[in-house]
Amino acid sequence: MTNRRVFISGALAASAAAMLPRCVFADVATDARFVLVILRGALDGLAAVPAYGDGAYVSKRGALAITAPQLKLDGMFALNPALTQLHERFQSRELIVFHAVASPYRERSHFDGQDLLENGTGAPKSAHDGWLNRALPLLPEAKQRATDRIALALAQNVPLVLRGDARVGSWAPSRLPDTDSDTLQRIADLYSTDEYFASRLQSALAADSVVGEGEGMGGAGRRDPLNALNTVAAAAGKFLAAADGPRIAVLEATGWDTHANQGAERGQLASRLSGLDQALNSLRTSLAGAWARSAILVVTEFGRTVAVNGTGGTDHGTATCAFLVGGAVAGGRVVADWPGLASSALYEGRDLRPTLDVRSIMKSVLASHLGARESGIEEQVFPSSRPARPIDHLFI
Amino acid sequence: MTLDAVIAANHFGLGARPGEIERARSDARGWLQKQLTGSRTVPDDIRRLPSSADIFKTYSELRRERSDVKSDGEAAKRRLGGLRAKLVPYYLDQVAARYRVAVHTEESLRERLVHFWTNHFAVSADKPQVLALAGALENEAIRPHVAGRFADMLNAVEMHPAMILYLDNQASIGPDSQLAQRRGRRGANSERKLGINENLAREILELHTLGVDGGYTQQDVTTFARALTGWSIGTDRFARGGEPGKFAFHDGAHEPGTKTILGTRYSQSGIAQPHAVLADLARHPATARHIASKLARHFIADEPPSDAIDHIAKAFLDSDGDLPAVHRAVLDTPAAWAAPATKLKTPHELVVSTFRALDFVPSEPRQVAAPFELLGQRPYTPGSPAGWPDTATQWDGPDALLKRIEWAGSVAARVASREQPLSLGERSLGAALNERTRVAITRAASAEQGITLLLASPEFQRR
Repeated sequence: MTNRRVFISGALAASAAAMLPRCVFADVATDARFVLVILRGALDGLAAVPAYGDGAYVSKRGALAITAPQLKLDGMFALNPALTQLHERFQSRELIVFHAVASPYRERSHFDGQDLLENGTGAPKSAHDGWLNRALPLLPEAKQRATDRIALALAQNVPLVLRGDARVGSWAPSRLPDTDSDTLQRIADLYSTDEYFASRLQSALAADSVVGEGEGMGGAGRRDPLNALNTVAAAAGKFLAAADGPRIAVLEATGWDTHANQGAERGQLASRLSGLDQALNSLRTSLAGAWARSAILVVTEFGRTVAVNGTGGTDHGTATCAFLVGGAVAGGRVVADWPGLASSALYEGRDLRPTLDVRSIMKSVLASHLGARESGIEEQVFPSSRPARPIDHLFI
Repeated sequence: MTLDAVIAANHFGLGARPGEIERARSDARGWLQKQLTGSRTVPDDIRRLPSSADIFKTYSELRRERSDVKSDGEAAKRRLGGLRAKLVPYYLDQVAARYRVAVHTEESLRERLVHFWTNHFAVSADKPQVLALAGALENEAIRPHVAGRFADMLNAVEMHPAMILYLDNQASIGPDSQLAQRRGRRGANSERKLGINENLAREILELHTLGVDGGYTQQDVTTFARALTGWSIGTDRFARGGEPGKFAFHDGAHEPGTKTILGTRYSQSGIAQPHAVLADLARHPATARHIASKLARHFIADEPPSDAIDHIAKAFLDSDGDLPAVHRAVLDTPAAWAAPATKLKTPHELVVSTFRALDFVPSEPRQVAAPFELLGQRPYTPGSPAGWPDTATQWDGPDALLKRIEWAGSVAARVASREQPLSLGERSLGAALNERTRVAITRAASAEQGITLLLASPEFQRR
């Protein structure tokens, strides 16, 4: 049932929009780019961003401690030595590092943790759609274009965070020959009585027309997940850089579940981080001029145990780190209400204690960077999350 | 009902082979039910594969060879790459054997159930230690028990080297075990601290048995992990003694003492303790419900009705986890026979059903694996212990649909010279072939285009 007041305010907004010159909207809304990078498998925040200045850090981390960090951020925190590009962004004041961050999830299942990170509610499986999908209709941009022209999943399949009522595009490198247009037309006819297939085909063709043919992204090896991340990151930048291209992209990367032989300065996790670092840099390079209006948020479902486990790795934990990087970011700082690593400070005696709700960062992105209405963010995007206040001044 | 045979072959089975709908027509339910019970001789394609113990030995030798020279960085990467290249042929042979059997079998419900349980007990071949062992887990731990008891399958899986290596239990060591105490007395360098790894314990509870809402706590996970210390593989490295590449229980690494898990005290010593925990988990009501939900999601709908889950869970508990009884309960659920088809095929199901319709499997192992990879489901690599998702939302991205269409086109180009689109449609979809699709096929500009339309049609993309 349509609420009359909502209907009226919607109509007013529409008519006001019609009276304003188009370029106002172009300035306010259409230029901002946002990329969400989801690291699946639970990134060890203390490995990516070691708290080397914490008195308990070395004793608690044992073999995993990075004792002489090169890429310092301040007197307390450093970046893992593999994150050299991100460190440059920090020095250029384009990176904010958040620490002791967590979603509201307090159990330790990857799958529920990811579900909640993406559905944006306070409990796993309590919504079948994702917070970013629910945010799409709230964006000023949505008044001008269909949502599947605004948001794009850089994957064959749409991750939960972008699934929902608003249509979105998806794209992944292909090694298959294109289907000829006559056959595609006939397939579209065949689907015309099946809305489920018809709408997906339409969104796919829309995304395909944006990237254009022969972009040279085909043939990317999907076997090496890091290589694949680099490929899709570069592609995402190209999509977003186009004047009429999408404004929001979602990327995902797996391989962070380091239960064994994680390594410290070097090793398994460091090489994953290096791949991430390169991919973020490829994204920056391919965004080209649009980098100045871009923000990239890197999040994971939860952190890992502070102590090393019996197999040179870490088990599932709670709080971790997050990165916000881009030309639009007021960076060069660490945002953390640091709980400390002393035994008494740990969550359940084993994990980094969360002091910042990751949704505070997400809300700031939606409101301050993408221009979504705050009332809509509280009511529709992140229901019942008032205590997680947006953070001011994250953007230039 | 005329659709029953189509549903039997395409929804319960892996997709109709030429003539199969005809053969199932007289007694579709009976055709399915007789696949559920009894043992079968191992198909030749699978019998010819090397065992996990043989593969593990090769793997260990290769690793030892390569670790002789100490180095790091680029050199280490090259060494790992070389190791991988030696293991890939094992993986590809397992993949080729799996799909040859899937395409040729006359008992495709039984084979679907093998795939279902492999995915329930998922390992992922993108972890290097598991690359050459993932298919072996299916053939050695799943296949022999698909008409047996859940408890036996659970034991076989958790004792399989692929699972132990995948979830890192081989070096999980009790902090008060003999091994840890000896190490402590020697004052060995504390760099390599001995201790537990809770990965296997957590995933057994969360994914293999009770389910994430099954009522266990972090304390249960940690205590179960202690009970599982010493649950390992026979090699010189992890457990002195034991046959290399086979399950070995390393008493010296086992955390001694009574453990309380889910409110039950386990006072057994040694291997009897984890076995007792597994036996209780296998018959726990939460396990019955978790398994029933997954079967209902697979055979009924992405959001299955709760009475169907109740019915299957009851069969599980009443039969003490007798899998034929559980699987029969699925067949007895009227909702599982609903038409039109409710489930979007996964890429795996789409490729298998296409190959079955065409009675064709590429001869080169690499070519067998290729289409699955192109469509986003490289065999045995779900990427997480939760296995491949079994809901459409995970597979129906716009780009995924376009890739399915493109793949349909490339298959059509290959078989157009020997296939009639309409007869292919009739023998693979029977009475489920939509009139709209029939018309589109008959009006197609070429056989190639007709076959593309058929394979891309909504009714072929669903099951």
